[in-house]
Amino acid sequence: MLEEKKGPSLLQNYRVLDVTDEKGLLCGKILADLGADVIKIERPGGDGCRRFGPFFKGDIHPEKSLFWFGLNLNKRGITLDLNKEDGRVLFRRLVGSADFLIESFSPGHLDELGLGRDDLSRINPGLIMVSITPFGQTGARKDWKMSDIVGMATGGFMALVGDDDKPPVRVSLDQAYYHACSEGAVAALVALYGRHRNGKGQHIDVSIEASIVTTTISAVPFWETGGTILKRCGSYRVGLRGRSKRVPQQWPCKDGFVSYAIWGGVAGARTNQALMEWMEKEGMCTELLRNMDWAAFDLSKADDKLMVQIEEGVGKFFLSHSKEELYLGAIKRRIQLYPIYTIEDIVKDSHLKARGFWKRVKHEELETEITYPGAFAKSSEVELGIARRAPLIGEHNKEIYQGELGLSGRELQTLRQGGVI
Amino acid sequence: MSTVECPTTPSRGTSLEGVNILELSWVIAGPVTGKYMADNGATVIRIESAARPDLLRLSEPYKEGKRGINSSAMFAFYGANKLSVALNMKHPRALEVIHKLVKWADVVTENFAPGKINEFGLGYDSLKKIKPDIIMLQLSIQGQTGPHSGHPGYGVAAAGLAGITGLCGWPDRIPSTPVAGYTDLILPRFAAVMMLAALDYRRRTGKGQCIDATQFEATQQFLMPAILDYTVNGNILVRQGNASPSMAPHNAYRCMGEDRWCAISVSTEEEWKALCHTMGQDDLASRQGFSTLPERKQNEEELDGVINNWTAGQIAEDVTAKLQRAGVPAGVVQNAQDLLEDPQLKRVFWPLEHNELGTVHHLGQSFVMSDPGGEACTPAPFIGEHTEHVCHEILGMSDEEFIDLFVSGVFE
Repeated sequence: MLEEKKGPSLLQNYRVLDVTDEKGLLCGKILADLGADVIKIERPGGDGCRRFGPFFKGDIHPEKSLFWFGLNLNKRGITLDLNKEDGRVLFRRLVGSADFLIESFSPGHLDELGLGRDDLSRINPGLIMVSITPFGQTGARKDWKMSDIVGMATGGFMALVGDDDKPPVRVSLDQAYYHACSEGAVAALVALYGRHRNGKGQHIDVSIEASIVTTTISAVPFWETGGTILKRCGSYRVGLRGRSKRVPQQWPCKDGFVSYAIWGGVAGARTNQALMEWMEKEGMCTELLRNMDWAAFDLSKADDKLMVQIEEGVGKFFLSHSKEELYLGAIKRRIQLYPIYTIEDIVKDSHLKARGFWKRVKHEELETEITYPGAFAKSSEVELGIARRAPLIGEHNKEIYQGELGLSGRELQTLRQGGVI
Repeated sequence: MSTVECPTTPSRGTSLEGVNILELSWVIAGPVTGKYMADNGATVIRIESAARPDLLRLSEPYKEGKRGINSSAMFAFYGANKLSVALNMKHPRALEVIHKLVKWADVVTENFAPGKINEFGLGYDSLKKIKPDIIMLQLSIQGQTGPHSGHPGYGVAAAGLAGITGLCGWPDRIPSTPVAGYTDLILPRFAAVMMLAALDYRRRTGKGQCIDATQFEATQQFLMPAILDYTVNGNILVRQGNASPSMAPHNAYRCMGEDRWCAISVSTEEEWKALCHTMGQDDLASRQGFSTLPERKQNEEELDGVINNWTAGQIAEDVTAKLQRAGVPAGVVQNAQDLLEDPQLKRVFWPLEHNELGTVHHLGQSFVMSDPGGEACTPAPFIGEHTEHVCHEILGMSDEEFIDLFVSGVFE
């Protein structure tokens, strides 16, 4: 049993400079959640990502973007114009004391500003620089434009998802950049470990397109071993080479949907048998299902006729229950069924609540508290909590420029008037 | 079949050389976490047994359809750079070997159904007794604590619980399956981050720790804006095909050939004008009903029809290239063949010679590090391929000791 304890954080004393846009925000947030001191650098007047919704009570305002709130938790924030020489001077000073720099500009942009990898590693040879770009730093398509749907398409996810009589689909919420950001966070900490051995930083080139390929599971092996191109098949299961392609995975129930796999052999015998017993008890088991020998059942040999009969029998039972009834009943009987949760179901889920997952964070400016998803993992040594809400525009300018870089109030004033900060 | 050739032999990173991982993990989430470590230089020993094989080893496809414990291409895809030790965990002498491995390890990973590892006598408290500063990483769907902790399952169903499946597909249809274990692939990034941070923490403090990482909780990092829209505004996001609240057009459009599609998205007026110009329909840009985003959202079906008419007679690659040249985000909906032939994706496919499968592409990494790399990447191991090597070279067993254990049947 894990106990949560207050203590030093996992990445205490490491500093991260975050000059990313929406493509890179989650990377710094992950490091911030682990306790690193992440400074989000915005252009004067506020970051472009502040115009992304949804907004607090629907009010479109740069200090009310929930997108911004969520992806900049635990970071501090300053403004700085990298297009002005005075801004670049300050930036180089910040780089001097940083361990990580995360950026998501177009390839070559920072070089043009004199802030490329070579320039910065002269200032700080230990700097670990993470660059997150659509298609990587090199290659003929490195400057191609990206959006979430383009990333999910080129990375191979979409070809495998959606009903076969309609276009391939993405997840109905941007995902592509999060894949790349979480990969970038792994790479950053790999480099940190390496730095303790040789003192050297690294440049990490993360490709958003490449970060999605891992979600294609068996598609590449199927093509390579037998020339089979896997096709999307709606609510059924993709990636099976049996006689029937109708292997249901998602099922309608009384008030929504549940997810349940019909497997054979070791993986499926026990869970299918337990489901049949439950159906029998409620007088809903068909003769065919009653007589199935699930241990001998071989998915690769089952034909469409049999699969349709199984689907009809089981489907009828699911339709007679709510997703909560099915889920709780499945837990009791160790049937490997899960509900298909809506966003609301997730927030109301009793298990997450019992684990203390949700965190309430004060937003004094808005005179409110907002409930956020908590830590992405638990540790027996430290608690990964939420130490601060996302920064307001320029909120920590004084704290960092005056308090830490030692600029005078007057210098700060001049920089502000010059539009540098 | 693929004709792509990689000019150089891929090599493993060196950053994690000297880090030792004992992998008591199977299927996807645990092993993929270990893969991040192995690919960057750590020594990862996976423990497996023919008595109860890793389900991935029993997963299609096999070469020429022939089933075999060492011939699943699916297992190979995620299996590069690791050592395999065969060990029957139910054998009375299994713990003897495991204890030696725990002493060697910096990190032990496991992703059995919660509680199972304790039955083996390998819970965190037991591991700590063997090695006080051990880092234990436990991966699961819902965690080691909480009312639904022990509920078993696989990622393909867990994606439903975690909120992803409900967001895939069309609002008037049953949700679509997000390939397979989508959340199985999200969790390993967060688990690897935790493991690496814990190694750094141990370096600073001398303390190990136990980490409880779950698909359910990690996935919420990928749903943040939708969660806040609910907790703050009470809005519940539902699946909507390819529609986007802030872009139109925004869809996959049918192109020439069988099941060929091009994804196109327009978020600015500039991109909208560039799209219309590329389609040879400059007038469309300012036509009533299409000139602003709210109008385009309102008439999205008609708009999609216009674009489909334009794309239908063209090759997806051509549509993409034309639009990208004009500054409009566009991309082919790539299938496996496309992925392997995509010059930008060389980094993510490692052609490695596998004794059973021949040269097949193993999954590489989405990132390239300036670390020039060290040893050549190795293909996914055969079951127990490194049992003897590990016992002799890593655990320092004598021939006598090894043979004694071997004869006992523990290495099966």
